[in-house]
Amino acid sequence: MDYLALYVTLKLAFVTTVFLIVLAAPIAYALAYFRFPGKSLLEAFIYLPMALPPTAIGFYLLMVMGPKGFAGKAWGFLTGDSLLFTFIGITIASIIYSIPFAVQPMKAAFAKIDRRLLDAAYVLGLSKRAAFLRVIIPNSLGGIAASAILVFLHSIGAFGVLLMVGGSIPGETKVASIAIYEAVETMNYRAAGMIALSFIPISYAFLLLINKLNEDYRI
Amino acid sequence: MTISASFKKRLKYFDLDISFSCSMKNMMVMIGPSGGGKTTIIRMLAGLQRPDEGQVIFGDEVWFDSLRRINIAPQKRRLGYVFQDYTLFPHLNLYDNAAFAAVDKKEVDELFELFKINHLRKRKPHMVSGGERQRCAICQALARHPRLLLLDEPFSALDAITRRGLREELKNLKGGMSFPIIYVTHDITEALYLSDEILSVVEGKSDDQWMQRMISREPSAEVSARAAREPRLSLVY
Repeated sequence: MDYLALYVTLKLAFVTTVFLIVLAAPIAYALAYFRFPGKSLLEAFIYLPMALPPTAIGFYLLMVMGPKGFAGKAWGFLTGDSLLFTFIGITIASIIYSIPFAVQPMKAAFAKIDRRLLDAAYVLGLSKRAAFLRVIIPNSLGGIAASAILVFLHSIGAFGVLLMVGGSIPGETKVASIAIYEAVETMNYRAAGMIALSFIPISYAFLLLINKLNEDYRI
Repeated sequence: MTISASFKKRLKYFDLDISFSCSMKNMMVMIGPSGGGKTTIIRMLAGLQRPDEGQVIFGDEVWFDSLRRINIAPQKRRLGYVFQDYTLFPHLNLYDNAAFAAVDKKEVDELFELFKINHLRKRKPHMVSGGERQRCAICQALARHPRLLLLDEPFSALDAITRRGLREELKNLKGGMSFPIIYVTHDITEALYLSDEILSVVEGKSDDQWMQRMISREPSAEVSARAAREPRLSLVY
């Protein structure tokens, strides 16, 4: 059993989740509370990774993050390293791949908050930032948790995007989904079956958790 | 301290155009049919909505002046605002709600004693009755040491008995307060019971005759058609 690949998968999913929750919160806030020109265009663009074939996203990321792409060049200039075939590279890819799953539940949770609560907070002297931290966030915990779980599960399942950007370097970019594919390619069905099986309890437990959260926060 | 305001705002069905002032220790009751612009006036005083033109002056501070382009944010006006409902933060218990913006947390205990909700301090808002919630909302507003207290139909979602009790408590409390209070209601009895001054607001304009007409039930023009929706039963309480 390829524990190393499983470890890379979980590490990637964890890092992606932590980064995305922090990154998606202001995006979801802007989408839920502000009206600005081109908002629907921007929103559709943010959700685009959900609708594109993963290999298509992977292809564009490969172009952008490659030695001739602007992200690859900038990274190379700053660190002297390549972005492709590294853990950081697949983390960036995984973040972009999962953005819609972070933004959507959070936006829905933020939008559901009664505006009068915010008015009350402003009258009580809270700045918009303080109201976000002290009123919006604590009243959206269900949505934020749903975002985190969806992102985590979605990152565990990523395959095409990661293969395009990261290849399959053991301990670095070879995640469990890629390990399964490679095991099958080498006719090692037993190894593939073991890794595949190990996904089921993890994913199932998280889905149960999501259902539980939805029940708890239903009003 | 005196609050004086005069402003205009275009609303969907009529234009709001009103001016009034309310001085320290006074309770001004704003009364009128539902949908007449009372809440909009309160929200403009609080800084949550912007008048099209006019002025809001509190003591020697200018809160809003359309000509001088002054519009002080609601955060800086330091006022208390009790909404009709939904004022409390659902994720906090009653004590934390009242202490949310308290100047001195110790005062919250005194306020809770005064409003007889001390035994409920650990409960969340959804676990107490509407009357208890509004008591807590008043504590929350008072704990901030407001310079002006705005009460927008604070008791109208409550049953008649609770409403009468709270109305009396509020009247008793009023003597100890050193700031102007503006109280919005569509209930004439409540207005007569509480007010030092009355401002009738009908379709965004002040209308001194409105209460007279309502009490004498003189059929007059379109106003009574609107008022017909208001339960006359409220006069009983």
